[in-house]
Amino acid sequence: MPEPAPIPSAQDTRVDVVQILAHYAAPLFLFALVAVFALLEPRFLHPLNLLNVLRQVSISGLVAIGMTFVILTAGIDLSVGSLLALAGLVCAYVAKGGMADRFALEAATSAANPVWLAAAAAIAVGMAGGLVQGLAVTRLKVPPFVVTLGGLTAFRGLALLFSGGGPISGFETDFTWWGQGRIGIVPVPVIIFFAAAITAHLILRHTRFGKHVYAVGGNARAAALNGVPTLRITTGVYVISGFFCGLAAFLLAARLNSAEAVAGSGLELTVIAAVVIGGTSLFGGIGTIFGTVVGALLIGVLTNGLVLLNVSSFIQQVVIGVILVAAVALDQFAAGRRAAQ
Amino acid sequence: MTAPILEFRNVSKRFGAIHALDNVDLALIPGETVGLMGDNGAGKSTMVRLIAGNFQPSDGQIVLNGDPIRFHDSLDARTRGIEVVYQDLALCDNLTAADNVFLGREIMRRIGPIRILDYRAMADRAARLFAELKSETRPSDVVRMMSGGQRQAVAIARTRLADARIVLMDEPTAAISVRQVAEVLDLIRRLKDQGVTVILISHRMPDVFTVADRLVVLRRGRKVADKPIADSSPEEATGLITGAILGA
Repeated sequence: MPEPAPIPSAQDTRVDVVQILAHYAAPLFLFALVAVFALLEPRFLHPLNLLNVLRQVSISGLVAIGMTFVILTAGIDLSVGSLLALAGLVCAYVAKGGMADRFALEAATSAANPVWLAAAAAIAVGMAGGLVQGLAVTRLKVPPFVVTLGGLTAFRGLALLFSGGGPISGFETDFTWWGQGRIGIVPVPVIIFFAAAITAHLILRHTRFGKHVYAVGGNARAAALNGVPTLRITTGVYVISGFFCGLAAFLLAARLNSAEAVAGSGLELTVIAAVVIGGTSLFGGIGTIFGTVVGALLIGVLTNGLVLLNVSSFIQQVVIGVILVAAVALDQFAAGRRAAQ
Repeated sequence: MTAPILEFRNVSKRFGAIHALDNVDLALIPGETVGLMGDNGAGKSTMVRLIAGNFQPSDGQIVLNGDPIRFHDSLDARTRGIEVVYQDLALCDNLTAADNVFLGREIMRRIGPIRILDYRAMADRAARLFAELKSETRPSDVVRMMSGGQRQAVAIARTRLADARIVLMDEPTAAISVRQVAEVLDLIRRLKDQGVTVILISHRMPDVFTVADRLVVLRRGRKVADKPIADSSPEEATGLITGAILGA
């Protein structure tokens, strides 16, 4: 049977400027921001400065990728900063070969463990923390906000207990290379960030798991009625968020040549801001990794540019807050117009 | 007379002291459309949920193609050829029509060791299903932007995926405009044309009398009427539902 030709409706042909603006608001704003900073401050466009921005963005950006999975299911993960601190300490502990050299400030020579083991330990701690929270959300039916608020406090407490208050510092150069090294001129964390973003995008867009993440966020009951394993999917996104916390913890420890219990304080707010500015709906079901990358870059560029222009860091916080609310307001306005058509 | 595809034999369902369904007998002939009517609390939803596998009967048997069945859940029922179109349609608004049709039953293809979604195959199949249903719905349209009738088409296309023999429709016309009701009734006729047995649960007299072959009325958990539509009238049905006519 020949397929009936789709009848183009007026809606398809009319160009709605507001819709287009809302859809591309974050990338357009990022572009405008770069242009303005480039005009006001020539140093901004220097390749070394741009790479520096990217390197600063890459750690919180990795956590934001994990956060995107969680928010797509209409969840939230407030524990990321604390979990990052705990994973970073365990990572540093393992890297230094355990208790004996724990507080030695020089690189441990004989007792040091291989880098892969330290990285694996960080990621394992992150995923375990995510799993516990995912199970609390799905089995105990406690809202994600509450579970991860508990996680925010509990993981920070565990990190303080584990470290005894002091930092664990001084690693081998093959460890610090992961945070400080470059391939060509590109910092290693930047490469890892973009590789992770591409992988996460492919998972969300092209795998059954990714489709089910969107389905759970869109309508969890409908997804369950159609055979989507909603509890497994929901648990899974917290494990993924934990994975990225662990990975980011390893890279941060490597970059700073140190891990401490107060690392990542307030990180959850920066990360959620990046995800939301990138167009992901806090109600779930709508959003992309591309948006999150743009959101993370936007916050990074803004911070860097304002520093170069000698604007007070207090004002930076005000500006980021305003942009956050404006981004969501624009989305709401566009959604209202769609509904009115 | 053809062998029934689905039978209720003295089926009762109790919730504590409440008799939601009381000794109901029913036999569905393949390809017929049965209008199941009754007031709120008459037992319609209980009946749907028994057939869909959400509940187990307290007494009696449900027989599918001659075999007594006990479903564990709705997926179990689905694999046995029974599909349900829920009152709220169970659609994910944020996904496309094709995504919704294939939700939980995605077509995958392999790239080396990795299995990825086969978007093209799903779009093609969904387009064919919509064409069969004579719906204008396009596979790539997002459900959020659709009319009530189009949304029904998506939910009904889903039931055609596994070539279900029995489709339960729970109040499909309850919340949509008059023009869209006509669209949905057309969709039900398409299902009928393809030999599907349809159970249409509805409050709306005109819908049942337009598409159903047989009228079954429940009142307070008991079956009070079971007769060809041609032998009944909307007035009689109303009387049976309210109890003004006592029926069988």
